[in-house]
Amino acid sequence: MLAFILRRLAQAVLVLLMVALCAFALFQFVGDPVVNLLGQDATPEQRQQLRHDLGLDRSALAQFVRFVVNAVQGEFGISLRQGREVSALIAERLPATVELSFVAAAIALGLGVPLGVYAALKRGRPGAQALMAISLLGVSLPTFLVGVLLILVFSVHLSWLPSFGRGDVVRLGSWTTGLLTPDGWRHLALPALTLAAFQIALIMRLVRAEMLEVLRADFIRFARARGLSNRAIHFGHAMKNTLVPVLTIAGLQLGSLIAFSIITETVFQWPGMGLLFIQAVQFADVPVMAAYLCLIAVIFVAINLLVDLLYLAVDPRLRIDAAGSMR
Amino acid sequence: MRDAVPEILRRLIGFRESDLWLRFASSPMAVAAALVALMCIGGAVFAGVLAPHQPFDLATLELADSRLPPAWLSGGSSTYLLGTDDQGRDILSALMYGARISLAVGAASVVLSVLAGVSLGLVSGYFGGTLDALIMRVCDVMLSFPAILVALLIDGVGRAIFPQAHDALAYAVLITAISLTGWVPYARTVRAATMVERQKDYVSAARIIGVGSLRIMRRHVLPNVLGPVLVLATIQLASAILIEATLSFLGVGVPPTSPSLGTLIRVGNDFLFSGEWWITVFPGALLVLIALSVNVLGDWLRDALNPRLL
Repeated sequence: MLAFILRRLAQAVLVLLMVALCAFALFQFVGDPVVNLLGQDATPEQRQQLRHDLGLDRSALAQFVRFVVNAVQGEFGISLRQGREVSALIAERLPATVELSFVAAAIALGLGVPLGVYAALKRGRPGAQALMAISLLGVSLPTFLVGVLLILVFSVHLSWLPSFGRGDVVRLGSWTTGLLTPDGWRHLALPALTLAAFQIALIMRLVRAEMLEVLRADFIRFARARGLSNRAIHFGHAMKNTLVPVLTIAGLQLGSLIAFSIITETVFQWPGMGLLFIQAVQFADVPVMAAYLCLIAVIFVAINLLVDLLYLAVDPRLRIDAAGSMR
Repeated sequence: MRDAVPEILRRLIGFRESDLWLRFASSPMAVAAALVALMCIGGAVFAGVLAPHQPFDLATLELADSRLPPAWLSGGSSTYLLGTDDQGRDILSALMYGARISLAVGAASVVLSVLAGVSLGLVSGYFGGTLDALIMRVCDVMLSFPAILVALLIDGVGRAIFPQAHDALAYAVLITAISLTGWVPYARTVRAATMVERQKDYVSAARIIGVGSLRIMRRHVLPNVLGPVLVLATIQLASAILIEATLSFLGVGVPPTSPSLGTLIRVGNDFLFSGEWWITVFPGALLVLIALSVNVLGDWLRDALNPRLL
């Protein structure tokens, strides 16, 4: 058990080091920072001095080690485009992305699970069929198009909701939140719905498939034979057994919500990390790209690790397997 | 070479009588999806002949005709069936050329992914050992990140490496980025199938008579593991087209001089608030139509062939 956790941790660290290597390699490809910083007409002595100050005259390995040490402390240098500390830029943008992702996740679970249960219980009825058809559309619609269409309907034609920015935000220490003002919620509505759209369809299809699988199981038939009410069978027995795999996928999807927020943030000019990253890509702003790359990797690895451990806690069979394979 | 044509004909007739065709013909969803997909592909491939206007020939553009609504709305003109954009380009023609680029990039990415994924899967499954472990670990890492994110990152890195990326290079970076995210399912599926096939007598027999490993993989194992690859490729085509559209929409995809569907939507996005919805909505609708029809086909193919997918 402990060995399994340790091994997963070691794997996670290895993945993070590989991503850090990619991020580090980025810097090597993009021109000479010394020329960028000093301009074309600096003397060779000035360049040599700066190169030494920045540690660029050391070996690649030494530079990589220094990069990792700095990265662990959240130091990624200075944005080439904005001339500010990358860590400060990201800290400033983080709350917007986190709020957007969590609200979208709440919408996706809150709508996806009940709709999936409905589609499974009423299988073959017109309502369920229509839901499945809509969900197929939801899976095929790219996120950015959902955003554009929502803007077209709710901002342009109906003028109900704003289409860009975060609106009024409240500052709580170093965290800014839009969740405490009505204006903030109005601004959040369309981006969160856009980000959730794909996940709603995905979770709904998943819940439906799992539920149909469970409803065929022997223990459900036995429950029916015992004369339990439909309600007790569907919600007490079937749904409970459906939720474990669903929660796993939902957990893993939280990471992809943060990734897909790049697109949503671009459509709605939402001032989060994704918008920062896409601007960095367009201007080849390497420090920002490297920092975002590392941050996303940390988030994903952490989520994967957490889901693995949760699985271990929830499903005893895996514990035996893990212990067995450890010997 | 002379027998090649009758051979293809014979196979076509054989396919016409096969089980697969019969099941295809009896599924109205699949037939409809195939017709829609064929129409889109046909319109895109023959854009040069079919398109009513030359949207990217500056000499034929009339600024007086800019921002015309579709023909059925008041103010629309029957010369421009789906209206025009801000520079007087015919939307219908731009759609056909745009779909051509979207489909070409999607298809190229799928071909590259299949080549990389199938070869790595074959090698991994046939030889096993350290190489296999290494390839599978890389797959695990890739799978823990969503495809669109990996494509965006690789695309970003590619753009950082080649800051002056001109047209051809921009395509190469884009296609590489999409393929590098797409090869994993092929590798895993082919590896699993190869490990099963490797145990079978015909492979042992080939090895005993002294056939080389490469030849065994190519001539004996490969044909037997291709079924799932076909299904995966169909599904990936849809997602590759969507990833391309997303990257182009974000402004890091194909060069703006030859807009794909994603670029057209990006351009149209600027006119949402001035009321010219058709500049965005038609490219969007076509994109969804293509993705949806290919997805439906892929779903049907998966049910029909019922392969073991990983």
